[in-house]
Amino acid sequence: MANTLTLNKITSQRGISVGEAAKKIADLGWNPSYVQEAMTYPTDYVIKKTPKDPMKQVLRSYFPMEEEKDNRVYGALDAALRGDMFRNVEPRWIEWMKLFLAIIPFPEISAARSMAMVARLTPGEELRTGFTMQMVDEFRHSTIQMNLKKWYMENYIDPAGFDITEEAFGKCYATTIGRQFGEGFLTGDAITAASIYLTIVAETAFTNTLFVAMPSEAARNGDYALPTVFLSVQSDESRHIGNGHSMLMSMLKEPENHQLLERDMKYAFWQNHAIVDAAIGTFIEYGTTNRDKEKESYAEMWHRWIFEDYYRTYMLPLEKYGVKIHHDDVHEAWKRITEKMYVHTVAQFFAVGWPVNFWRIEAQTDKDFEWFEHKYPGWYAKFGDFWKWYEKLSYPGQKVVTFNEEVGYVYPHRCWSCLVPCLIREDMVVDEIDGKLHTFAHENDRWTAVEAFADEYQGRPTPAMGRFSGKREWETLYHGVDLADAIVDLNFVRSDGKTLIPQPHLRFDDKDMWTLDDVRGHTLLSPLTILREMSDEDREAHLADYRAGFTINPCN
Amino acid sequence: MPATSSSVGSGAAGAAVFADSDSRKYRYFDPRGKRATHYEDVTVDVQPDPERYLIQDWIISFPNGEGAYVKNATEAQSSNWHAFRAPDQEWERTHYQRQSKIESLIQGVIANARKFGVPKTFDKTWAKILQTHLGAWKHAEFGLGTSLMQAQRYGYTQMINNATLTNSSYKLRLSQDITLYLAEIGLEIDGWNDDLGKQTWLDDPIWQGTREMIESIMGSEDYLEQYFATNIVFEPLIGELFRSSFMIQVAAANGDSITPPVISAAEADYERNLANTIDLFHLLVTDEEHAAANKKLFKGWLDKFSALAEKAANGLQPIWSQPHSKPVSFSDAQARAAERFAKITGELGL
Ligand SMILES: [Fe+2]
Ligand SMILES: [Fe+2]
Repeated sequence: MANTLTLNKITSQRGISVGEAAKKIADLGWNPSYVQEAMTYPTDYVIKKTPKDPMKQVLRSYFPMEEEKDNRVYGALDAALRGDMFRNVEPRWIEWMKLFLAIIPFPEISAARSMAMVARLTPGEELRTGFTMQMVDEFRHSTIQMNLKKWYMENYIDPAGFDITEEAFGKCYATTIGRQFGEGFLTGDAITAASIYLTIVAETAFTNTLFVAMPSEAARNGDYALPTVFLSVQSDESRHIGNGHSMLMSMLKEPENHQLLERDMKYAFWQNHAIVDAAIGTFIEYGTTNRDKEKESYAEMWHRWIFEDYYRTYMLPLEKYGVKIHHDDVHEAWKRITEKMYVHTVAQFFAVGWPVNFWRIEAQTDKDFEWFEHKYPGWYAKFGDFWKWYEKLSYPGQKVVTFNEEVGYVYPHRCWSCLVPCLIREDMVVDEIDGKLHTFAHENDRWTAVEAFADEYQGRPTPAMGRFSGKREWETLYHGVDLADAIVDLNFVRSDGKTLIPQPHLRFDDKDMWTLDDVRGHTLLSPLTILREMSDEDREAHLADYRAGFTINPCN
Repeated sequence: MPATSSSVGSGAAGAAVFADSDSRKYRYFDPRGKRATHYEDVTVDVQPDPERYLIQDWIISFPNGEGAYVKNATEAQSSNWHAFRAPDQEWERTHYQRQSKIESLIQGVIANARKFGVPKTFDKTWAKILQTHLGAWKHAEFGLGTSLMQAQRYGYTQMINNATLTNSSYKLRLSQDITLYLAEIGLEIDGWNDDLGKQTWLDDPIWQGTREMIESIMGSEDYLEQYFATNIVFEPLIGELFRSSFMIQVAAANGDSITPPVISAAEADYERNLANTIDLFHLLVTDEEHAAANKKLFKGWLDKFSALAEKAANGLQPIWSQPHSKPVSFSDAQARAAERFAKITGELGL
């Protein structure tokens, strides 16, 4: 008897089970009879089947769990400072965090907002608890990332760019891509945005590259802070992925949703690929100083996470429910990442546009070339000379690379759909929306803007679907404006009133830093405006030329 | 290993001196006070605005042409929506710390009370009141939580939406706390019916006025009306009336020492949310351009919801005479609520 009597047994109490607790909490809701809730964010989907809550967690255990995670994060940040992390951190890496962390808190908080939209559309109350926790999680992610950025600003050698972060987010020609991502979570058809684009594709497929691959690369560059924060963020994602899957199962129940589901899976997969791979691929491959050939390249990780895990085990099984899956798109995305060098063309584009960025990009050099050629055969022939030019033109007094015709780079058209430019030149297409000409990076982007984001889809009315709007082509804002004046207008100038925030190098010395005078005298132009002004004949010739590509001149 | 990509072999602040090498504050917004608070740094401008830095405007729109956030999601107007800062300064870390502390406190109270057999000693009538009326009340809190969850989608700035979001989180926590509390003490009390609360909420005439008011708040399409109706009208006139002037005060007199600590966190939650709400509405009623129009609008909301509240409170009256020991009369409780309400509306000049 004495053997089996433990303190635990004496003090433990009969409790209610987790399942029972979740059930009681789901029963907090009721059908209103005095005043109905307004359906303020409409959808064209029909959802009748009550989704199940796979996680069955309640706030009583949720809050302490998250607080404990926070304690670990903030403890690790303190430890990093005590360990003098910044003395050894690679500026090449941290500079890209100026771009990444300018973008990411907005998609995060957008996800919190969008929980309101799905929660109201979802029948039953079970998943409401799941959405509630996701809402608070996303509030966590947004502010914990803002905190990390502030911490970099306070401790990193060059705080410029971090110090204007949310302003820069609204203005920069690169952050526009991230805004497309975040606005996609909360504008348009509520289910398309908050369920398919956000949860079923962005979170389920792409957060591994964002929140797992990025931290590994950060650590290789002496940054132990980002892994601490982002692995903690990622640990909340399984709950969100669960919410998405549960919603998906409810959507599948109604056959009239299948056509929309097919449309949205296609749109969301393609655009997530176009945006997330452009950004994260660039950070990981170009923001690193680590050229260990044993480590996986971004392409290799993509194959493992997106192709094997997501496409094969998540997307493919949807076919047995009768939803058409666009296998070609997945293969095409893979082809873009490998053969067509998508990520590399993006990094090249960011480098060409360095004067209108708000972070520093340094040149890739010999020790990087070998790794790129090893992981992406054919890379050197295509990009080697470009990066040599970039290095050569990184000294003030040189003619800025953006306008230097000796280099041979042709400034690209912007894709009206994903907002990444049309960088794989041969794939560029044009089409009209409401009688206006637009440029697209790929046929799938054209399809997205012209066919998916419209008031009908394959003859079926889709009154809730969103529209692409605003001044989407960033370049139109500064058409005909001197580069120096544009930079002043963007406020990408340091507080001495002349030194640029962006720099094409990592030399931390005033004598090496570019000023407004070094970039004055070049006029920014909008490729789209020019294209629209051409005669039909000239336009055809221009497009043929564009699709034929360009050659970088040898740099000696 | 030193930082190989740095010209000075280090990535640390102060390793080199050059233009802006000491620019260590966010410089794109004006702090409310002399220096930006941590809350401001992690909150301000994360939600963009075409009138501030969003030079391309919203790039996706709803079919009616509106972007992600619009000013007309409320009828209230402001000459500067960005001025508001939540006095509770809540961001993720402080939010989890506070929520987590409350959860462990409540669990500790319940576990201890059960250990000493306290629920078994409850007066039978009182136990019935808990099942019936506290059981019904949890649905009111839940209704406010879901309504605020909806509201946090619409505000024109990050500051407004995050304050609404944390308010929602507090309400939903409370509704779950009450649910689990009742289920747990129910394990100790013979004949406990855990479904009685919901039945009462749905059918008992005592609660129909309250349910009508909650549903009216949930059904509003104006997010600020929801926020206003919750914190300016419902909470002082019904929330505090029931939680403080009934549950907390009457429980002790009937031998219940557990319920007061379980629900008293709600009063502290409310103090914070009230401070946030008053600051926001104070800005709107003193707005240099729209003060008069806003006041008129808010008076309309006040009329609409105080009528509902009066009906709700009158409905609840019989509850005060149900317990054996009656330390507070309904009329005293109501007088206190009226006084509190007058003070709150007085601060806003309504
Ligand atoms: Fe997130
Ligand atoms: Fe998430």
